[in-house]
Amino acid sequence: MTAQPRFPAASRLLHWLMAPMIIAMLFIGVGMAASVSRHYDLLVSIHRPLGIAILGLCVARIVNRFINPPPDLPDTVPSLQRFAAKASHIALYALILVMPLVGWGMLSAARYPIVLYGPVQLPPILPHDLTLYAWLRDLHSVLAYLLFATFLAHFGAALYHGLIRRDGVFGSMASWKSMQFARTNRALIQNSTQTPEP
Amino acid sequence: MKPLWFKAATATNPGLLVRLGAIGAVMLSVTGAFAYTGGWLSPERLTQDRMMAAFRDANGTHVGFRRNHAKGVCVTGWFESSGQAAAISKAAVFKTGHVPVVGRFALAGGTPFQPDAPNTVRSIALRFLPPGGEEWRTGMNNIPVFPVNSARGFYEQLLAFSPDPATGKPDPAKIKAFLAAHPETARALALIKKRQITSGFADSSFNGLNAFRFVDAAGASLPVRWSVVPVQPVAADAAEQPEAGDENYLFDDLIAQIAQHPRQWRLIVTIGQAGDSTDDATQPWPEGRQQIGAGTVTIDQASSEDSGRCTAINYDPLVLPAGIEPSDDPLLSARSAAYARSFTLRAEEKHEKPPSAVTPEQVQVGGKS
Ligand code: HEM
Ligand code: HEM
Ligand code: HEM
Repeated sequence: MTAQPRFPAASRLLHWLMAPMIIAMLFIGVGMAASVSRHYDLLVSIHRPLGIAILGLCVARIVNRFINPPPDLPDTVPSLQRFAAKASHIALYALILVMPLVGWGMLSAARYPIVLYGPVQLPPILPHDLTLYAWLRDLHSVLAYLLFATFLAHFGAALYHGLIRRDGVFGSMASWKSMQFARTNRALIQNSTQTPEP
Repeated sequence: MKPLWFKAATATNPGLLVRLGAIGAVMLSVTGAFAYTGGWLSPERLTQDRMMAAFRDANGTHVGFRRNHAKGVCVTGWFESSGQAAAISKAAVFKTGHVPVVGRFALAGGTPFQPDAPNTVRSIALRFLPPGGEEWRTGMNNIPVFPVNSARGFYEQLLAFSPDPATGKPDPAKIKAFLAAHPETARALALIKKRQITSGFADSSFNGLNAFRFVDAAGASLPVRWSVVPVQPVAADAAEQPEAGDENYLFDDLIAQIAQHPRQWRLIVTIGQAGDSTDDATQPWPEGRQQIGAGTVTIDQASSEDSGRCTAINYDPLVLPAGIEPSDDPLLSARSAAYARSFTLRAEEKHEKPPSAVTPEQVQVGGKS
């Protein structure tokens, strides 16, 4: 009966800052790509800067992961699930790093100005090339659907840990308060004499 | 295979089943919300794809070409800003000076090989490239107002004027029903019909039709519409038909004229007043509104789309510098979305695209085919 340690505070902060941003990006993306309404322009103008913010935060998150390594999963998690967890985390990191780069790259290849806000623009990172644009635009969609699927699996797994297994994995990311919620079973929590961290 | 503890737990703990069900319900709702947002559950929603499908119904498929204004040539030149518009817009392009321009002349309609005809709507698209990278792109037509004032109106117009598969011609009953449902279009078409049709591209005036807002350095904004008006003398369209076989006579003339000497247009900005509609492109603004001569566009070179610099560009009307902002006209957002999809389609099809009507060889020989 060991307590499942939590992710370091910086990791939790980054995770929960970025989670809503990424989910919003997926919804904004498919919403605008299926719209010719007034919302199209507004959504695109949010999509660009928000995506670039995710790129910046993702780099910060990767650096943070080296400084603040994540806790190990509890021993009770079977090895196949361990592997799935690890692989899906790598996939999530890779996708949120590559998605904004593909977005920036495709707008560069199409020679759209990459406006973040008002006069603030990013320079193009690729040569002006229609075929390259077409390829990246399709890639942007494919990776977005892949990201959505991976996120869904991740969300499902998190809920499974939180509601079914109750092995502290959910709390290791989702609890702000204390180690209390991160015990391997409820009885332990109820009997715990530990005082919560501030 | 579920682990043993799991089976035992579900057997003894109905709460667990509820929780499993809850997880499933959450997953399903998230997926459903995603599909709904993406338009997959709403066949009635007018999406970019459905707008493209309407173009296909109206014009057939022309791989690699723009879905509208499909027949065109590329041009280059410059804009000499008078500095006069700088008082009402902080955009760099309006400071006194010289700005390179890449443009495109085209005929409206999604058929890239239609024979040139006097009544077909003509267009000019311009891309201003001031130093500092804050581009301005705009498309203008030689009509006084636009026939529709909403994306839905545009879509229904496309479908109403699509050829009937049985006759190969638009169905008059459909057109009648469309016009009855869209009195604003009937009114606009009457104005469009009355326009002066000139001899060619070079002596045509082109109008931006949609309203925008100019914003000055202090943040004050004014509603505007803009036009380009030819500096060269205007000649009425010769009533007789062009020579048989000269299917590209409008483009040939333009190419020959530009080769002779550069052609020029003055960029006129009209300032709207309270009560002038900014969200309805079917409505003209009253005569006598204040106008500003923002400068002169000079076009000194033409080239085929197949070798020119306008082809890999989307003349998206919302590519605007700080200092020009969209108005509340819903057409602007609709255009931006539709042009983006048209641009993506033709980019995807680029390697299959047949040569354009006006080929590089034809431009080389001075537009005489
Ligand atoms: C985490 C980052 C990002 C995510 C999750 C994301 C997601 C999406 C999604 C889901 C779509 C719709 C795809 C479709 O249905 O075809 C989309 C389209 C698009 N994205 Fe992104 N994106 C990201 C970053 C960016 C960035 C950084 C840019 C540009 C700077 C960008 C520009 C675009 C554009 C221009 C479109 C196409 C809009 C249209 O079809 O008219 N994206 N994105
Ligand atoms: C509401 C949705 C979300 C919930 C409930 C959630 C929950 C969790 C939990 C419980 C963990 C810890 C797992 C473990 O220790 O193995 C975790 C880790 C992680 N989550 Fe999420 N998450 C959500 C959304 C997202 C999103 C949208 C992303 C997108 C990239 C994401 C990326 C990650 C990554 C990369 C890790 C691993 C962290 C590391 O090892 O550095 N999560 N999440
Ligand atoms: C909802 C209304 C409209 C729709 C759906 C629409 C659609 C399109 C499409 C799909 C293209 C081809 C874009 C490309 O592949 O690059 C195009 C081109 C063009 N449109 Fe529109 N359009 C609309 C309204 C207007 C209006 C109001 C104007 C008038 C100012 C206009 C002027 C032009 C011009 C000048 C071009 C040619 C641009 C070029 O030469 O590249 N359009 N339109």
